[in-house]
Amino acid sequence: MRILRDLFRDYRFAFSFCALCALLLLALSSVFAPDDPTLWAVVPRDLKPSAQHWLGTSSKGQDVFWQATFAVRNSLIISLIAGIVSRVIAVLIGMVAGYKGRGTDRVLMFISDSLLVIPLFLIIVLLAMLVRDIMNLVTLGLLLAFFGWAWDARVIRSQILSLREREFTQTAILSGTSTLPLVLKEYMPFATPLIFSTLINNMSWAIGMEITLAILGLVNLDIPTLGTMLQWAISYQAMLLGYWWWLLTPIVLAVLLFVALYWLSVSISEYLDPRTRVQRVGAR
Amino acid sequence: MNQTILRTEQLKAFYVLDIHGTQKVVKAVNEIDLDIYENEVYGIAGESGCGKTTLLKALVGAIEPPLRLIGGRVLYQMSGEEIDVASLDEEEKRQLRWEYVSYVPQGSMSVLNPVIKLKETYRDFVESHAGRNTREQAFQMAKEHIAELGLPLKILDAYPHQLSGGMRQRVTIALAALLKPRIIVADEPTTALDVVVQRGVVQLLKEIQRKLENTIVLVTHDMGVQANVADRIGIMYAGKMVEEAPTGRIFGEPLHPYTQYLINSLPRFGDKATREGVPGSPPSLLNLPSGCPFHPRCPHALDICTEQMPGHSNVERNHRVACWLAGE
Amino acid sequence: MEKLLEVDHLTKVFSMGSMISRIRITATDNVSFYIKPAEIFALAGESGCGKTTTARMILGFEEPTSGVIVHNGKRTTENGRVWFTEGVQAIFQDPFGTFNPLRTVDRYFFETVQNYKLARNKKEAIGLIDQKLKAVGLSYEEFAGKYPSEFSGGQLQRVSTARALLTNPTLLIADEPVSMVDASLRMSIVNLFKKLKEEFGVSVLYITHDLATAYYVSDRIAIMFRGNIVEMGPVEQVLLGPRHPYTRLLRESIPEADPQKRWSGMVKLSDIEHEEYLRQGCRFAGRCPLVMEICKRQVPPDVYVDDVLVKCHKYTGDNPTSSSWSL
Repeated sequence: MRILRDLFRDYRFAFSFCALCALLLLALSSVFAPDDPTLWAVVPRDLKPSAQHWLGTSSKGQDVFWQATFAVRNSLIISLIAGIVSRVIAVLIGMVAGYKGRGTDRVLMFISDSLLVIPLFLIIVLLAMLVRDIMNLVTLGLLLAFFGWAWDARVIRSQILSLREREFTQTAILSGTSTLPLVLKEYMPFATPLIFSTLINNMSWAIGMEITLAILGLVNLDIPTLGTMLQWAISYQAMLLGYWWWLLTPIVLAVLLFVALYWLSVSISEYLDPRTRVQRVGAR
Repeated sequence: MNQTILRTEQLKAFYVLDIHGTQKVVKAVNEIDLDIYENEVYGIAGESGCGKTTLLKALVGAIEPPLRLIGGRVLYQMSGEEIDVASLDEEEKRQLRWEYVSYVPQGSMSVLNPVIKLKETYRDFVESHAGRNTREQAFQMAKEHIAELGLPLKILDAYPHQLSGGMRQRVTIALAALLKPRIIVADEPTTALDVVVQRGVVQLLKEIQRKLENTIVLVTHDMGVQANVADRIGIMYAGKMVEEAPTGRIFGEPLHPYTQYLINSLPRFGDKATREGVPGSPPSLLNLPSGCPFHPRCPHALDICTEQMPGHSNVERNHRVACWLAGE
Repeated sequence: MEKLLEVDHLTKVFSMGSMISRIRITATDNVSFYIKPAEIFALAGESGCGKTTTARMILGFEEPTSGVIVHNGKRTTENGRVWFTEGVQAIFQDPFGTFNPLRTVDRYFFETVQNYKLARNKKEAIGLIDQKLKAVGLSYEEFAGKYPSEFSGGQLQRVSTARALLTNPTLLIADEPVSMVDASLRMSIVNLFKKLKEEFGVSVLYITHDLATAYYVSDRIAIMFRGNIVEMGPVEQVLLGPRHPYTRLLRESIPEADPQKRWSGMVKLSDIEHEEYLRQGCRFAGRCPLVMEICKRQVPPDVYVDDVLVKCHKYTGDNPTSSSWSL
């Protein structure tokens, strides 16, 4: 499609697209894993990378490569849940607050600001300790989503506030459009780049948060994620013992994921920016 | 006879843009010859998108990418010598700025520093150009200048945002005239101003010109303002100069069909008879018609008009037209 | 006499500033006027005089602090917007701001048709849209599927007018419709208003600061200054023989497109505009060449001189002034 072709001109998009495709393939290939990832001692421990075990094995007796496929898959799932759910909340609250204004706006922003002001990290840690027993991918995702919408709700609200004053809002009202269709049809095209870039940023944040929580031991350590892999490698002193393949795998994958997500977000939001879009319309 | 102070020869300045891989060329200034005299107010009239702002930028030597000088020259007449603006380097141009040629852009706020008081702005100007060392001397110069022009002294103690739009515009113009430049170039100084304030701004310009006996190049699409203040007017259309004459003749005997339409479409008090605007719309500078750019809208278009751009014919002393009809 | 729209003592007070210091600006102060069917009424004045605020209140985008708006004999209420906007439509100053730059312009047309149920199917809708476009000098083919940036300012303003005409309004509120349009294209838009009045009986509330086009196209005119209507009446009388000193100042300051008629005499401008809003008596007293003691203390009454309403102490019975004035 023409859009993809235009996007590929940007080297950042090209790189991140390929990187993400590769990571996605990696995640999907977890379907072919020969063993259950939560089981220990399925293969000989601490083997260097070889033809049989592409990324070696860990001290837990697991194949690092297959662990990595699950790790990437699960980290992506957590961050997607966190990102998407928090987007939905942020958009709903931001749009309603921005368009309605006055009382509704004040109440919603009070709630949002409270979530911004309280020390997020402490609360997440506390809550994570409380729900550790029932913690799985989905609950972790939802927990992160609950804390991830406040900032972006405000951002979307200010966008809506400024759009509300523009004359085309008046034209839409005079055309008989009621509030909800108006906000969706008129303002969404402006909000889309915001929503998209904040989604990606939120996903990055969620992955980072998950890794942090894992290292603190606050998640279910049996489920393989980038964070838990790293946590196990650290607690087994992989660095000191020289098992670099076990330590580096989650680190490299995480860094690749962060960079790819960041560049994707930047290149797409530049592309979607209303100002450059209008320019493109003229150039057609 | 009047001496030339600024002239252009076949000036061509285009914007070369690259939008997502396609190259687009905007022919904003397309082979323009100008001859501007000392001690006159020269008006450039034309509508949005005709290239007049670009022409001004070229005249003051402010050509920066994506705008490029494709051909022709801009020549200043300084102390008996003709100097090509393109041959000057940045330092020389900087010295000329505000002392020889002042540029008052559209929207005064871009000239005034919003975080310092006006008297500081004035002092900065004086210091960086006239090299006066003492603050007192600079301040004194500013005060005299403001008073001479009939503006209240208390504005020097104000910040730009405290003044009304009209007052800011007048302050900017006064600033432009501070170092007694030989040429003042003003780009739409009265747009977005109220009628009464507009009058104040225009009268200030006239007062400055009278005192300094210099040249003012005034760009505005408002023909009423042109009628009130310009000595000669050049009409621009789609990057070209299509007619140039003393003000009286432009309004009394316009020769180019576009000028004729323009003059006839202006509403006048006392006459409610129906007037017609110019049919069609101005062409995009990205996609100009062949030959004379006005031919798609011209009621008298001949075959030759679609093929070749007419050159200027001197109809009378000081009155020239670029039209195949006038050539006969 | 049938009144299509009547505005009675419409007042809007804005209060600005922080919790500690607030200033109250009366944007419109007891503004009263009416518009007849098939008439073009101009509301003219400089920026900050309250004309746009008045328009916004009439359209329902702003709540009046006090006062009444009556349309076709019915008072407008908050919920009455739907039927009100069918009979009343608007076009705005910036043609490129009127439409969302990221959507095609025809979407607004189709939405209007759908929301007001003006057609039964898409084919009928296109027919109706084409008819309105032809009334403004355009056609459906050259308009469909285009974004606002693909039109020129003058064309877009005509498109905006066509959209307003879809619901067959009886009143069109035009807020500075030509100030952002090139001088040579203004006539075609303004002539369009004339045509709408003469052929379709539409009334136009023409809001502008350009007195020349106001003279050309309107029947009656009201001059506003700092929230008050200072002079109102038939346009020939008000603009060719102005009585209020402010109208005279405006009239004199218009640069006429005639080099024989240049300005004479320098003008005195107000330095700090918002002070004028807060005056006790007549708000023009600070700059008025005919100012008297009473002007600084008392708000002037509305006085009728011939057909013209003038808000000035000079014209009250005990202070007669010659009502003729020539340029």
